[in-house]
Amino acid sequence: MNSKKMLIVSHAPFWHDGSGIPERSYHTIIAALPAACVGIAYYGAPALGVISLAIASAILWELLLNYASKRPITVGNGNAALIGLLIAMVLPASAPWWLVLIGTFLAIVIGMQIFGGIGANPFNPVALAIAILMVSYKSHLDFDAALVNFSLDFPSTTDPLAALKAFGPAAVENLRPVDLLMGRQVGGLGSTCGLAIAIGGIYLILRGIIRWEISIAFILGVFISAMLFNMSDPVRYAPPAFHLLTGYTLIGAFFLATESSSSPVNFIPMLVYGALGGVMTVLIRNIGAYVDGVIFAILLINLINPLVDKIRPKAIGKVA
Amino acid sequence: MRKRTFFGLSKPSFHYELATAAVADPVAIPTPETVTLYIKQELKRTSSSLKVGTSVKTGQRLVLNEGDDICAISSATGTICAITPFLADYGRAWTTVTIKTEGSDIPDTEFAEASQEPSLETLNRYLAASPGEPDIGPLMDARNPVHTIVIYGGNADLLIDTSLYLFKQSAEAINAGIEILRKTTGIEDIVIVIPEESVQNYSGHLDARMQPVSSQYPYAQPLMVLHQLTGRLPDEKGMASMGVHFIRAEAVAAIGQAFSSGRLPVEKAVAVIDKQGVRHMARARVGTPVGVLLKTFDVQVNDQDKIIFGGPMTGNAIYSEDLPIRADTDAILVQDKSVISLYSDYPCINCGDCVRICPANVPVNLLVRFLEAGQYTEGADLYDLYSCIECGLCSYVCVSRIPIYQYIKLAKFEIGRIISAEEMNEQ
Repeated sequence: MNSKKMLIVSHAPFWHDGSGIPERSYHTIIAALPAACVGIAYYGAPALGVISLAIASAILWELLLNYASKRPITVGNGNAALIGLLIAMVLPASAPWWLVLIGTFLAIVIGMQIFGGIGANPFNPVALAIAILMVSYKSHLDFDAALVNFSLDFPSTTDPLAALKAFGPAAVENLRPVDLLMGRQVGGLGSTCGLAIAIGGIYLILRGIIRWEISIAFILGVFISAMLFNMSDPVRYAPPAFHLLTGYTLIGAFFLATESSSSPVNFIPMLVYGALGGVMTVLIRNIGAYVDGVIFAILLINLINPLVDKIRPKAIGKVA
Repeated sequence: MRKRTFFGLSKPSFHYELATAAVADPVAIPTPETVTLYIKQELKRTSSSLKVGTSVKTGQRLVLNEGDDICAISSATGTICAITPFLADYGRAWTTVTIKTEGSDIPDTEFAEASQEPSLETLNRYLAASPGEPDIGPLMDARNPVHTIVIYGGNADLLIDTSLYLFKQSAEAINAGIEILRKTTGIEDIVIVIPEESVQNYSGHLDARMQPVSSQYPYAQPLMVLHQLTGRLPDEKGMASMGVHFIRAEAVAAIGQAFSSGRLPVEKAVAVIDKQGVRHMARARVGTPVGVLLKTFDVQVNDQDKIIFGGPMTGNAIYSEDLPIRADTDAILVQDKSVISLYSDYPCINCGDCVRICPANVPVNLLVRFLEAGQYTEGADLYDLYSCIECGLCSYVCVSRIPIYQYIKLAKFEIGRIISAEEMNEQ
């Protein structure tokens, strides 16, 4: 009964839509590149250096961990490169080499590999790494201090969020939303140009790589809660458009909160998750101690992800 | 294979084939040199009647031991040239009987006498291995009485239109089969499930209640139909406990044909779908080697291609061109090695595509974590394993290319095994 022809057998289904993890990672990298390029245009070679070092070191950390844990080599799927790129984008262009190395180590090793690699991380590795860096190396992630040696042709040479925190909305009144949208503000090297990030984010949404529910809910959460604060006391709290276009808001909404393994998959949980992230961001910015709340807000919603994802439609055919 | 569109926001959507007005006549496949039949029983000691060299007639019952209910029906006249054990899916042990055919057909007369008095015993004895494989056992089970028989006229999978074709071609035989089923079982409620687009073609012609189903995949899958009819899905005890019994259209046609002609049908309709996706309809004897059909339609099979019994979503891949078509093979699908998608051992990245495409609202992302770890009962208790209607869409969209559907089938099989072992212990 054995013929000479060797046929392939496998279990059904025999069709696949052709999606895959490498495609997902590389398309996300493509979507993030415009914002990174804007950063390189504003900050020059140092920004390029940080991006290159971050991507390279992230890949190397993952490779090292693959060897150390005797598991299949996974660097080819582009996930490590994506994490490296995102870390670079939220760091200031002046980040020293050791800070980048520590950042990618924290993201790849502490944030992801020790939990079992891709798909097993309970927190967004980038948010986790940046949170640790923010707490540990305050001055290097304080954009005013970090970028003091750069001569930037921006309307304001200080971090708008830091200025808001210290001096109130009056200090940032003169910043036009158009300038903020175009990235003419002090901040992370790839996280300031709202336009480029939004274009990348919309590309990812259209391709079905990130869930639009999370991004839209996050942005609405920021906008509505900032608007409520602003309406209650315009003298103390900045208008919603300002919150939307400064700091990590947009990169958080499109690239960090949507990381798949730490975010929910059902419709209502995605809305709750995103909206809560937006609200927490504004709460931390307006009431909390930190200048920018996006990173901590994302870690918080990562924490509630398994719980909210229990809100799901009833499966069919259940008697009970 | 259909690929994901550039814009990934919309879900992929598939439609079953509908019966076309102009159905080409099926190509009659000549009797092959050998036919191979399965007896779904382990080969232990050869019975006195079944020996290599014994001559058999067309339509003769082949049993391993005298008095067995499980049999094969010889689909040709000739001599038995081999009896071998066969390992079927899920490790089930069957027996294959290979018959070297002779030129002419000599019909066996045993059934002609039995067919005078249609009864469930006759059905079970002679027709359980006929084309379409009607499962008669549950109809005779007094503990779980069946109150509804569902004649499954939809297509079991994408690309296949064998069932609808049969409805068109053999409406008379199906009507006769329905009558036999009514008479022998005493069950009045017989439902025919058919795509909603085709209902007006058939209503009035057939003596049963019509149940239209959507022609969008997977709304005509048997479990989905069951859910539409009863609002429930079977738990680990299986479909028998729900009083609903499924029979394929081809089986009903075979029953009708058998009793009106006094001969057991040995030919069945098979769709052959070649690498270009062109569908050819054939009539072949049960047991004809797949290679014979492929040769008839000029389908070249090379190394590392894939041959599938059934459709692209729920079929079974086979490992050799020499395997015979079975009584329940509706279609043979050939895939070129360039379009075969491979599974991977990547973990789930929780992208949620499976959850959004699942027509049964199963939390596939959580379920698959338990199934990968072999925790089948936890998966069933906590994450709705038994709500799965087995359509395979989750594996189709899986970014990590996890064989989710395989895990689900395996889990259901393993739980079934645990339960039957427990029942054995209690007795």
